[in-house]
Amino acid sequence: MPVWLTDQEYRVLESVCARLVPAIGARPGAREVGAADYIDRLLGAFLFDPPLIWAGGPTSGRAGGEAAFGRFHRLTRLDELAWRTRIEGSRGIPEREFNGPVAGLQQRYREGLAELGPGFCDLPPEEQDAALRGLPELVDLVYGHVCEGMYGAPEYGGNRDGAGWAGIGFAGDVQPRGWTDAEVSGP
Amino acid sequence: MTVDAVVIGSGPGGSAAADVLTRAGWSVVIFEKGRNHLLDPGDPTRPAADYSNDEIKFMHRHFLGPDPFLEPRTFRTGPEEGERSHVGEVNSIPSTVGGGGTHADGKVPRFREDDFRLLSTLGPQPEAAGADWPIAYEDLEPYYAEAERAVGVAGEAGANPYAAWRSGPYPMPPGPPMYGATLSAAAAEKLGLHPYPAPTAANSVPYDGRPACNNCGYCSFFGCPIHAKGDPVALLTRVMATGRAELRPETFVSRIRTSGGRATGVDFIGPDGVERSMGARHVVVAGGAVETPRLLLLSGIEHPLVGRHLMVHFQTIAVGMMAQRLHSQRGRAVTHVHDDAIVGDEASRRAAREAGLPWMRGGMVEHGGASLPIVEAKIYPWGEAHQALMADSPLRERLWAFIMQGEDLPYPDNRVDLDPAVRDVRGFPVARVTYRGRRHELAASAHHGERLQAVLREMGAGWTAVTTSPGTRHVGGGTTPVPESRHVIGTTRMGTDPATSVVDSWGRVHGLENVVVADSSVFVTASGYGPTLTLVALAARAAAGLAGTTLPVVGPVNGSG
Ligand SMILES: Cc1cc2nc3c(=O)[nH]c(=O)nc-3n(C[C@H](O)[C@H](O)[C@H](O)COP(=O)(O)OP(=O)(O)OC[C@H]3O[C@@H](n4cnc5c(N)ncnc54)[C@H](O)[C@@H]3O)c2cc1C
Ligand code: SF4
Repeated sequence: MPVWLTDQEYRVLESVCARLVPAIGARPGAREVGAADYIDRLLGAFLFDPPLIWAGGPTSGRAGGEAAFGRFHRLTRLDELAWRTRIEGSRGIPEREFNGPVAGLQQRYREGLAELGPGFCDLPPEEQDAALRGLPELVDLVYGHVCEGMYGAPEYGGNRDGAGWAGIGFAGDVQPRGWTDAEVSGP
Repeated sequence: MTVDAVVIGSGPGGSAAADVLTRAGWSVVIFEKGRNHLLDPGDPTRPAADYSNDEIKFMHRHFLGPDPFLEPRTFRTGPEEGERSHVGEVNSIPSTVGGGGTHADGKVPRFREDDFRLLSTLGPQPEAAGADWPIAYEDLEPYYAEAERAVGVAGEAGANPYAAWRSGPYPMPPGPPMYGATLSAAAAEKLGLHPYPAPTAANSVPYDGRPACNNCGYCSFFGCPIHAKGDPVALLTRVMATGRAELRPETFVSRIRTSGGRATGVDFIGPDGVERSMGARHVVVAGGAVETPRLLLLSGIEHPLVGRHLMVHFQTIAVGMMAQRLHSQRGRAVTHVHDDAIVGDEASRRAAREAGLPWMRGGMVEHGGASLPIVEAKIYPWGEAHQALMADSPLRERLWAFIMQGEDLPYPDNRVDLDPAVRDVRGFPVARVTYRGRRHELAASAHHGERLQAVLREMGAGWTAVTTSPGTRHVGGGTTPVPESRHVIGTTRMGTDPATSVVDSWGRVHGLENVVVADSSVFVTASGYGPTLTLVALAARAAAGLAGTTLPVVGPVNGSG
């Protein structure tokens, strides 16, 4: 269930994810690891309290220690201003426009996904790729977030169960275990 | 309310100054525009638990600030580009309690004796405003020793044949070398270079009540989750434990008030957005070499040299692709360095002559690899190839790099001033950086870039390339003219003559005797070494001068080394 996108937008976004990072064999792609959820939770970060901007510390529990990443940080007044502007856009609100208007991520996603349209999901892969190549700005935006949603901490909504990390043999966060001196210095 | 001293900025420089002043019995208020994630808000004599191995919050969401939307900077290579060519991040060092110290992976070498007297030993260079420092290495050595003990530095005395003399050993032995560094150091030695374990502000053994580094690998650009780094945590916890200091995070100092050749206090804007003032008998400015000149200019302290002679290190990055996996995500980010490019040899002297230069200096060369998968993923193209590339991981697992922190010379036109139009969220003009490398930097980079590639080939790299930051057309491959270096230096240079310098040899602003600059703004030259240990030593010296104390000899800060 998406938290901010409509069901239809979410389905289009998932199909985009599947083309930006397709699954290869047993290795999951962006759709399988939930990169769309990562993006949806960024767009809907302020539907949560505290907002889903900065995960907590010092440990996630995956390498020992407490599962503290899930306790997101509270934002200060200025940080809320920055992140709301980034996500929602400046919308003519003077305090968000001290250096001019800002187009928000929500609007850029909503318009970009509308441009692809719901029919995108049913196109054959080659035609999906051609449609994406026709929207390079949208692809730049989504691809950056897809990379974060594949290989960022699962607490942000993507990289489901660490599947993105497992797919590339990456250990993820390792505190408080760390690495031994032999693991650092040996081949 | 009037305090003995206001300290502006809680990075390594401000923390070191606050430490000396509080130990001298002064009351101090530390203003820091960034948030506090370093000290436990309930008990600021203890570290907080906010840092983590989280690539998203540290690398992609500005957790340690500055947020480029709230506090942009602007950039241009010169006035011919107009008012600016870029708005956003420029030499962005964290804006947070602890400053850039929290982020750095902490290679903290000392400068060499000759760094303090380049003009008299090597002579002038075209375009550069070369000058000797008004102090010598001997003046700073005791403060270097003190700084190494206070932050906790691991290293091996004698391992670097070119090192300056030192009065004692490092407080800790070096930590474990990265696998890749064992290969690159062997290759470098074979070619006659002199690699050595990087003196590093990360605990190799438990030190000063903090644990040994456990090699988590999220080091450069991250706060240390277990506080094994020699960031300002040790100094600031000691400062807070004196009971004589107050720390005010999320509070921007907008103006130093002056009257009749003295500062009387500061204006500041706290978390509530309201502007207030505080009286102070002394003001210590430690905002870093971009924000410090900005604040002086915002305060109407307009010595004609404020902001000039900005140096950032002209970085040369040589990369080589290895067949085997180097797993550089384990351990600290850099474990070996070499200084041969600083010292120079017959080949570099010839290259200088061929470039029409009287002399040429490179910089300390860091041996390191890459570690972060999101950063890596964004470089690869989207589509069918993505997964195979990520799994094979040429750019993260197999790439080895040398980064030379090339000494850039002090040019008056490389500078920080106030942008004429762009504002920060509080409505103040932001810092504008004008910078480009000149003949010396480009020639040194081209020469040493070639030689570093030869070391990579000796190491077994199948493919090598070289690029620079800032990027230039002259040295191929560079992409952006905005320097990525996190070393900022030189914008309120020290000297004895007020006509040619902004502060005196104790960091006091000429003509404003109770204002002291305590960061790398005061450096006369950049050297080829990271600035942090030197600026900590200078800040402690400046504060001792201000308070009239002699250097207290102490062991580790909290005494349980
Ligand atoms: C990833 C990374 C790696 C690095 N590696 C190394 C290294 O290996 N070796 C090395 O020597 N250096 C390294 N550095 C650089 C190092 O971080 C800086 O040299 C050091 O932090 C400078 O200390 P400082 O106290 O002068 O300034 P800063 O650390 O920049 O601190 C200044 C503080 O002042 C605050 N401030 C500024 N203006 C105001 C104002 N008007 N009001 C209130 N507060 C203000 C800022 O928010 C900031 O927190 C690295 C930096 C980074 C980011
Ligand atoms: S590598 Fe060591 S010093 Fe660096 S963050 Fe990890 S534990 Fe801390």
